[in-house]
Amino acid sequence: MDWQGQKLAEQLMQLMLVLFAAVGFITGYVLGSFQTMLLIYAAGVVLTSLITIPNWPCFNRHPLNWLEPSVAEKYPKPQPSANSGPKKKASKK
Amino acid sequence: MHSFGYRANALLTFAITILALMCGIASFSDNFNSPSPTAQVQVLNINWFQKKPDGDDEVSLTLNVSANLESLFTWNTKQVFVFLAAEYETPKNSMNQVSLWDGIISSKEHSKFRIHTTNKYRFVDQGSNLRGKDFNLTLHWHVMPKTGKMFVDNIVMSGFRLPKAYR
Repeated sequence: MDWQGQKLAEQLMQLMLVLFAAVGFITGYVLGSFQTMLLIYAAGVVLTSLITIPNWPCFNRHPLNWLEPSVAEKYPKPQPSANSGPKKKASKK
Repeated sequence: MHSFGYRANALLTFAITILALMCGIASFSDNFNSPSPTAQVQVLNINWFQKKPDGDDEVSLTLNVSANLESLFTWNTKQVFVFLAAEYETPKNSMNQVSLWDGIISSKEHSKFRIHTTNKYRFVDQGSNLRGKDFNLTLHWHVMPKTGKMFVDNIVMSGFRLPKAYR
């Protein structure tokens, strides 16, 4: 699952659960049946699990394009700046 | 959210948090119900009334209890526990409460009832104070919810009096 896919899966999970909870609660309250609320919500949780937990292809539409090693070697690696060392030590004290 | 396990964990925790919230709101919704239950009790007969060998008064009654508790039931009600108590004052105790009959009502369909019964539990005083005693019959109920807060209330029916002599 790529970065975009993770974001999509999380948002979809939260939206679906809240939506099923709201629908279940209203239906249960109107029908006067606590059991109906629980059944609708349970069905919603199962459906949400099936949609957002497995690594479906639709969550992998934005793959990361890493540089080839040969290309990466042409550019200098980022060096830790000179100031950061002493600062860290000072903060530890 | 990068692996199967993390996604399953996130979904489960979020789902259970929301479930707890739903139960909380369901319990809160009971406050919008304003019940108006009714109850009547008749003492049809005093079967016997005597002093036990240890000095305590005991009386046996035949009661007719009718009540309509339908309005206590909401979508979040599991069952209603009702009990009928005799309540009276004695010099030693300002409040005596003796349970005479109880019952569990498991559904709205059974909450309008009429029962003809002798007292299910013994009506025994702590002492010998019952002759000519005025007493109340109080119908108490506990509304037990599926989730959340339990509601307790009662109806007091006064104007009952025991005979002046043992029989």
